[in-house]
Amino acid sequence: MLNSILLAINITLLYSTPLVFGAMGGVISERAGVVNIGIEGMMTIGAFAGAAVGYYTGNPWIGFLAAGLAGGLLSLFHAVASITFKANQTVSGIAINFLGLGLALFLSRIFFQGATMTKPVPNNMPKIFGTLDGTKHPILSLLNIDITVILALALMILLWFVLYKTKWGLRIRSVGEHPAAADTLGINVSAIRYLCVILSGVFSGFGGAAMTLAVVSLYSPTAISGQGFIALAAVIFGKWTPIGAYGACLLFGFAQALVVLLGGTSFSYLIPSEILSMLPYLLTIIVLILFVGKSVAPKSDGIPYEKGSH
Amino acid sequence: MERLAKILRKPVTATLLAILFGFIVGVFVLAIAGYNPIAAFNSLLKGIFSKPKYIATVIIQSTPIILTGLSVAFAFKTGLFNIGSEGQYIVGSITAAVLGYTLHLPAPLHIFVVITAAVMVAAIYGGIVGLLKARFGIHEVITCIMLNWIALYLNNYIINLTFLKKPNANAMYEIQHTAYTTILSNWKTSEAGLAWLKNHPAIQEILLRTDLNIGFIIAVILVIIVTFFLYRTTKGFELRSVGFNKDAAEFAGINVKSNIIQSMIIAGALAGLAGALQVTGVEPHRISSLAAFENNGFNGLSVALIANSSPVGCLFAGLLFGGLLYGGSSIQSEIGAPSEIINIMIGTILFFIALANIFPILANKLKKRGGINVK
Amino acid sequence: MDISSEYAVQMRKITKTFDSFIALNAVHLDVKKGTIHAILGENGAGKSTLMNILYGFFRADSGEIYINGLKCEIKNTSAAIANGIGMVHQHFMLVDNFTVVENIILGNEVINAIGMIDLSKARKDIIELSKKYGLDVDPDKKIEDISVGMQQRVEILKALYRGAEILILDEPTAVLTPHEIDELVSIMQSLITDGKTIMIITHKLKEIIAASDICSIIRRGVYIDTVNVDEVSEEQLASMMVGHDVNLHIHKAPADPKEVIFEIKDLSVTDNRGLQKVNDFFLSVRKGEIVGIAGIDGNGQKELVEAITCLTKSKSGTITINGKEIQNTNPRDVIENKLCTIHEDRQRRGLILDFSVADNLIIENYHKKPFSKHGILKYKEIYAFAKENIKKFDIRPENCETSLVKSLSGGNQQKVIIAREITNDPDLLLAVQPTRGLDVGAIEYVHKALVNQRDEGKAVLLISFELDEIMDVSDTIAVLYDGKIVATFKQGEVDEKTIGLLMAGGGVGHGKVS
Repeated sequence: MLNSILLAINITLLYSTPLVFGAMGGVISERAGVVNIGIEGMMTIGAFAGAAVGYYTGNPWIGFLAAGLAGGLLSLFHAVASITFKANQTVSGIAINFLGLGLALFLSRIFFQGATMTKPVPNNMPKIFGTLDGTKHPILSLLNIDITVILALALMILLWFVLYKTKWGLRIRSVGEHPAAADTLGINVSAIRYLCVILSGVFSGFGGAAMTLAVVSLYSPTAISGQGFIALAAVIFGKWTPIGAYGACLLFGFAQALVVLLGGTSFSYLIPSEILSMLPYLLTIIVLILFVGKSVAPKSDGIPYEKGSH
Repeated sequence: MERLAKILRKPVTATLLAILFGFIVGVFVLAIAGYNPIAAFNSLLKGIFSKPKYIATVIIQSTPIILTGLSVAFAFKTGLFNIGSEGQYIVGSITAAVLGYTLHLPAPLHIFVVITAAVMVAAIYGGIVGLLKARFGIHEVITCIMLNWIALYLNNYIINLTFLKKPNANAMYEIQHTAYTTILSNWKTSEAGLAWLKNHPAIQEILLRTDLNIGFIIAVILVIIVTFFLYRTTKGFELRSVGFNKDAAEFAGINVKSNIIQSMIIAGALAGLAGALQVTGVEPHRISSLAAFENNGFNGLSVALIANSSPVGCLFAGLLFGGLLYGGSSIQSEIGAPSEIINIMIGTILFFIALANIFPILANKLKKRGGINVK
Repeated sequence: MDISSEYAVQMRKITKTFDSFIALNAVHLDVKKGTIHAILGENGAGKSTLMNILYGFFRADSGEIYINGLKCEIKNTSAAIANGIGMVHQHFMLVDNFTVVENIILGNEVINAIGMIDLSKARKDIIELSKKYGLDVDPDKKIEDISVGMQQRVEILKALYRGAEILILDEPTAVLTPHEIDELVSIMQSLITDGKTIMIITHKLKEIIAASDICSIIRRGVYIDTVNVDEVSEEQLASMMVGHDVNLHIHKAPADPKEVIFEIKDLSVTDNRGLQKVNDFFLSVRKGEIVGIAGIDGNGQKELVEAITCLTKSKSGTITINGKEIQNTNPRDVIENKLCTIHEDRQRRGLILDFSVADNLIIENYHKKPFSKHGILKYKEIYAFAKENIKKFDIRPENCETSLVKSLSGGNQQKVIIAREITNDPDLLLAVQPTRGLDVGAIEYVHKALVNQRDEGKAVLLISFELDEIMDVSDTIAVLYDGKIVATFKQGEVDEKTIGLLMAGGGVGHGKVS
């Protein structure tokens, strides 16, 4: 019994971690007023960069940082388009998705002899108790989560603290709600938006690496398939708050864990595995109908800021 | 100067310039990666235009994304972001596959029933999104994404039902021949047909080597119908009003909630039609297990954006997209450059489409320099 | 005039263009220290732009600014703030879901060692400051929960918190009652006594005469003149502002009202947070009569209009027109029952900016003959209708039926709405803030249109926050306070002060109640 519960927690955290990074990226970007549909693309390029650098350097931490850098660089396009050129942020985000995937596969072929997947990294991100023999320490093994889980949690707490307790958070939120008000007080709206979009890319990049350096050990075309969009859904579900989005990611992670857990048991004879797989998504819709109702974005989300418009 | 400014302001210009920049960036990236860009574009063009069967295949492969593009474009015009065209497409193809296989009806009737049913089921699937938004205020992006995944798993579930599953294949049985929408599928393999075709090599190539079907014709017809519907009917007027300004529409007496639902129903129907036409028109005429999305619906999103949500634009954007995707694989096979260069090009095109509004701004700056006296 | 430190602000040859529009053309300005200096001009004259340049929000194309006799480069708002300039904008620059304290400290936060905002110190400082100048605010309430008057005080505190010595107030009295205006004037005077300089931007003549010492006039981006306020009359100011003689009051024949055609009985409406906004509401309007509802924004006007037009549900009570009950039906039924509305928010509720003028003209009737048949639109008839009414209602430019309505000026956009509603031949025309943001010529046009309706035997219900407009245009004035009508007068029966008092909740029980 205890084993099952711990296993469930373990798998939940495993699957939700990439989502959390992506969702934190979504939160910070949209809180500053820039819609970010491109989380998927930024996670993809991060996933590739993390796996590739992790392979060539043998060090997962360098790979992890490289993933953040890659995501940040890709997000720069989105930032320039959305902020300086006041472009349609939705279209730009979708362009980023294409670019992210295209670049990841293109570079993969170049650096990995024409293959669309990278070679497995020699070292994954470490687990908190290091490498454990499952048979000698069964309970501890179940509690042996990846360090990326802790990093994701830490990021969420940090983001919450910054957004709601520090002056930077106050300014970021003001820029997302009423950029003209912030502007009249001498706050540099553009600079804050740029910073937040780039951070959004960095966090999403980390999310990609949390996949290819922890959940699996390499990048392949299906490493990131939809996590970015689910992270986006988590942001909306969580009403654009770090804690809410984190909870939503756990929910999704849990539903995915259920699929794995129930898959091998007697349940699978009652409920086919495909129906089980639908669970996270059905659950989301039901919860939304019952509890959430209208989810309200930051007032100026998605609206490019022009001086003199209010 | 004045004329240049005027040209710059047309929305079509922005799109064409974006496509141009997409190609330029493609050249650039290929060159940096050490491939010959000219050779690459050569093989791209060859892959699309050099043989009749290639041209036919591009047209055939563009058909589903023209329709899903229409679906997304239609929804955009009415203020909704239909990122769920992927799921609606899948639902349409499931319905077509199941009814195509299980029913035994004479040919024209079978086709009619299969396609109508697929459209209706997909319409309901789209309508759910509209209903959830109208009634509960739930953001359509989330419900669309959720329903996409639900459709995917539904597809895999249905395939595995014992009475539908084909043994030794991760797929369902094929549909009956009576549900095929391929053109002249019986005649072209008959004795008389083969004999005639031998004397007409171009047509022979197209008919025998591709899945030429009525899908494209239907897509074109639908583009015309959707255009007329949006701009010439009272319902189209209502939907566009809600899309542009639902507060004003409400105030003028238009029922915003029911229009949101109706819009998603129509959008779902269009995407579902795409799925049905694929199953009935193209080999292998069945649905198989999906490990991931095939992107017919998501590509429709890009098509709609390139087309700036214009129905006619979807036709051309769909063909462009289809050409790039199909021809792109030749780049890999001919010169070894990764075919993902196509994704990079498409991404760049979309990126410049996003920037499209800088062109009118440039136009205004040109006008200013041209001749307004400041003092 | 020479540059000297006697003057808090001096601006020379300020020029600013936006794309091809010349907003300011070599304007100059001299503001003496310790005075209340008004800047008068019509909507769109350029006065806000001028002040926004002073505040660093915009940069002038050319020209110089001197603060206290010294030349200053005001590159951005931080520089302006550093030079002791503070501005209260016409549309408040407040974040709705932040508290009063958060809004005041934004950009100027006091932080502790680990970067956390020291909210308690901020609160203390703000409370002290508010006591000093008599600016009463509730520090922990969110902006969306406080009154408009308090919001304005928060804006003023924002400026004072940053040490402003020169305060710019943009249209400060637009949202205040006569009583609150008096309060604001005394706050301004205490600020002057403290050595500050105040500049008021306005197009309201009464305010200038009441509050300021000196007035500079700007017309279409050009500086006209500066006068001592107690040496000129309202009419003189008006004609300097507009450039020609102006009728400040509309001429109209006496009313000849017939039977009651519109009646509201015991209406009760709650807002979307469950607060009772309209209750015990009674009102009737007769054919051939203009009834004007006078009241301060926030006393239930919004909810009343939404209930009448069926944008929201009313809790109880009836709204009848021509004997038929229309409450809790839907907007279309309301229009079908011949109640048409000119909404205050013309860009959000009144028009679809991306539609053509013609489409906007038929937006309430597209589904009827002759504009459509069997669900198909008949554009020949639609354009014919549009052309006819563009001419009739003087919508400019001519031949704009296919142009997008967003390319029209504010005044012409309002004409489109008026054309649409009047051609519907309503029995009751509801006009809500119909002249908001319009210049004097357009205001005249709108008032004439309302009087015309009334002269043709229709009923008109006018709701406005401009007391002058109500008193000028209405035949009957109903005073709204706290969601109910507290008094009704015939035009000319009582003066502005009395009505102002009733609008603020004082003197209830005086006057007739309908």
